[in-house]
Amino acid sequence: MIFETVIGVEVHAQLRTKSKMFCGCGTTFGLSANSQTCPVCLGLPGSLPVINRTAVDMAVRAGLALNCTVAANNLFARKNYFYPDLPKGYQISQYESPICQHGWIEMRDGDGIKRIRIRRAHLEEDAGKNIHETGTSGSRIDLNRAGTPLLEIVTEPDMCTADEVVAYLKGLREILMYLDVCDGNMEEGSFRCEPNLSLRPSGQKEFGTKVELKNINSFKYVKDAVEYEIKRQTKVLNEGGKIRQETRLWNIERGETAVMRSKEEAHDYRYFPDPDLVPLKLDDEWIEGFRAELPELPALRMKRFVSDYGLPEYDAAILTASKGMADYFEVCAKQFNQPKTVSNWVMGELIRELNNSKTDISASLITPERLVNLLQMVDKGTISLKVAREIFPELYSNGKTPEQIVQEKGLTQVSDEGALAKIIEDVLSKNPGQFAQFKEGKQQVLGFLVGQVMKASGGKANPGKVNELLKKKLSV
Amino acid sequence: MSLHKLTLCELQKQFKTGEVTATEIVRAYFLRISQVEPKVKAFVTQAKESASLQAEVLDRKLKAWRKIAPLTGMPLAIKDNICTDGVPTTCSSRMLQNFIPPYDATTVAKLRAQEYLLLGKTNLDEFAMGSSTENSAFGPSRNPWNLHCVPGGSSGGSAAAVAAEECVAALGSDTGGSIRQPAAFCGVVGLKPTYGRVSRYGLVAFASSLDQIGPITRDVPDAAFLLQAIAGHDPMDSTSVDRSVPDYMKALQKRDLKTLKIGVPVEFFTEGLDTDVEQAVRAAIGELKNLGADIREIRLPSTGAAVAVYYVIATAEASSNLARFDGVKFGFRAKETKDLLELYLKTRQEGFGPEVKRRIMLGTYVLSAGYYDAYYGKAQAVRTLVCQDFAAAFKEVDLIVTPATPTPAFKLGEKSEDPLQMYLSDIFTISVNLAGLPAIALPCGFSKTGLPIGVQLIGRAFEEETVLRAAHAYEQSTHWHLKKPMIR
Repeated sequence: MIFETVIGVEVHAQLRTKSKMFCGCGTTFGLSANSQTCPVCLGLPGSLPVINRTAVDMAVRAGLALNCTVAANNLFARKNYFYPDLPKGYQISQYESPICQHGWIEMRDGDGIKRIRIRRAHLEEDAGKNIHETGTSGSRIDLNRAGTPLLEIVTEPDMCTADEVVAYLKGLREILMYLDVCDGNMEEGSFRCEPNLSLRPSGQKEFGTKVELKNINSFKYVKDAVEYEIKRQTKVLNEGGKIRQETRLWNIERGETAVMRSKEEAHDYRYFPDPDLVPLKLDDEWIEGFRAELPELPALRMKRFVSDYGLPEYDAAILTASKGMADYFEVCAKQFNQPKTVSNWVMGELIRELNNSKTDISASLITPERLVNLLQMVDKGTISLKVAREIFPELYSNGKTPEQIVQEKGLTQVSDEGALAKIIEDVLSKNPGQFAQFKEGKQQVLGFLVGQVMKASGGKANPGKVNELLKKKLSV
Repeated sequence: MSLHKLTLCELQKQFKTGEVTATEIVRAYFLRISQVEPKVKAFVTQAKESASLQAEVLDRKLKAWRKIAPLTGMPLAIKDNICTDGVPTTCSSRMLQNFIPPYDATTVAKLRAQEYLLLGKTNLDEFAMGSSTENSAFGPSRNPWNLHCVPGGSSGGSAAAVAAEECVAALGSDTGGSIRQPAAFCGVVGLKPTYGRVSRYGLVAFASSLDQIGPITRDVPDAAFLLQAIAGHDPMDSTSVDRSVPDYMKALQKRDLKTLKIGVPVEFFTEGLDTDVEQAVRAAIGELKNLGADIREIRLPSTGAAVAVYYVIATAEASSNLARFDGVKFGFRAKETKDLLELYLKTRQEGFGPEVKRRIMLGTYVLSAGYYDAYYGKAQAVRTLVCQDFAAAFKEVDLIVTPATPTPAFKLGEKSEDPLQMYLSDIFTISVNLAGLPAIALPCGFSKTGLPIGVQLIGRAFEEETVLRAAHAYEQSTHWHLKKPMIR
């Protein structure tokens, strides 16, 4: 039988606030265990939560960017369950009235555009971490993460392939990073993806039984896990079996999913409004203020890069994939009016160096000013393109200006005709055979001779000038 | 006169002028405690050493410069569900027997900032669940008027300590009557402030939407004096209200009640009301009338549903609030458990007493999938009706007067086997918490058996001034609050 896959995605995005969702503790990742805790996030008796306004602001901005309706009235609810990493025995979340609802994001789908609907996005606090060290008895608990603000973003079941899921997640992550509300770090768990999927016979309206996937911390694993699960479910159904409603964990080593818990084991969370928090009211004017201040989002910016700078879509997509990259490009393109050249350098040399050194563009030693500087030197003929490419890694690693490096190494391009003529004389006298061949009409030899001249000049000779001078010389 | 006989305001005056020292105060009170505490058992923890030390330091400091805050050097007791930095806070539960909070409740921090003296932490029904202190894991407190009777609850330790003059005043907490009922049983004054008037930060939560800390004192001016110190907005408690705190002592100055309309709800004078109590309260209403108040009959038709609503909402919140006591991070942990589930089960089986377990189960049930709408949802709807009753009544009247309890203090063991009878002892106080209103209980007579009887005055939200003013006028024209139990 032919099956159709239906996929929805839940994302937990950690908001980039300085302090936690309901207390003043810091949110820095990787500090020593339990060093960022207080009576509130430890759940000590008598402590009470207070809403972090910045987290609310960030959720509103994310919601607006995702085309959601922002709720004027916000309730927080308690989600009750027992787990050692959950200090209060309940998580403060939103249930009946999420802060954002009914949004969508668009992504490219072949030549067209596909819209993925966002069902809701709500604020909640994160749990801590249980630590099971091998060789020690018992488990330990680190509550540094407990109480960190999360935005849980849930789509409608609008995707059908692993590639679509990845495209959606990349698009969502870009938007959140553009807004600076999430650092998007998947390895550290700042952007956690939980696809849920079901299969149904093609043409059937009713959904099949849904399986949720967890423990996926890269786009590659998203694709692998979803593809694995589609295959698994197809096999089960084709063999006449039934899909059980359950949560499955992605096992990286084995490249397969395994049951974590079945529906029967699912909790009754006994949600009810948290009596420790009063309803949070957001007035329209304030929400609209945020709307007016939203930055240009990746999809629009990409279109503008094509129309304003005349870049190919391919270039525009890569350059707008992160706000830092797009900003960098625009600063350069404003100072150096050859956008495609800038694009080539950013996408080629710069991205290569950034990737090699695992550096974010915001920390690049080659500032936009320096790159422009380098491109101008090439443009004016001060150095050759070849030299520019050669010195780029050095520019990148030591933070010197292009002029400094060119000067130190004496790499200034030689365009002076007298100086070049001398080198040419020299080369021709050393290569009488080739000289003769050329004179006989063998045009191909010109390339060889130019190469020899360049070599003799230590790469500094202006190749255009060399060409011109050689031709003149030979035609005599 | 022995120092322990003075009211808070009297003692404060003497201390302010330097007539008595903090050391003398502490000495006098611990002498008194040593005499009566073996009978009353009001305290879970006594803080003799730290209080003495603190008093010495205070006296030395004040020799140099006698500038004091209103509660400087005042010997208070704090209910043992209010967190005190470095002093055990047990909630009278095995679960927290060895729990020492690393922080002060906001109310305690305010007292500490004024350099009060903490004499000790007082007994309560475990996690404030009960009306007699019989649910304390450490044994019940006794009523100073009759040691065979309960002091009421859950703030029974605080009320008994004030009545037995083991502290000059105390803090209690009131979720369904836990300040007012024991105050009435012990013949002292108990004030439950408007929900949001006093910070709940550091009060170990029983039912978050109902809990409120308040003073238990010997007379009405003391209640005003202590409320002044603890009232006000707290950024750490989102449910505390950002509203200026009036001068409560000043509110007491107006003595006549001529402009006041006081309502008497017919629903509060029905069967089950003890005849001695009814007589005393009717007489008190007569006295309020003598003082110039316009007394009129009113109706609060949803009163009958209040107890039921309360036991759904309070237990629902409690089931969630008490989830944190799981043996993982603090408090009691059961020994020799083989896995996580057994750790949870045994810890909670052994750590909680039967009434707490009963309420956790009840609360878990009413929030469960499939039952939520029928119980919790319904209870919230009826709670709204209770609030609307009061709102309608307060359009006609400025205050409402009722009995504080249906009977005087009952005997130890009399109701402990019958939870429903026990729950009904809060029937007159519970609806006030549901509506979040301020109310005071104060002495208005004695039963034929010599037990105190209390009358309750309920006011509009944030109108503690009116409540205190009427209570004070009444107190001034009667002598009930001056009568002391014969205990020594």
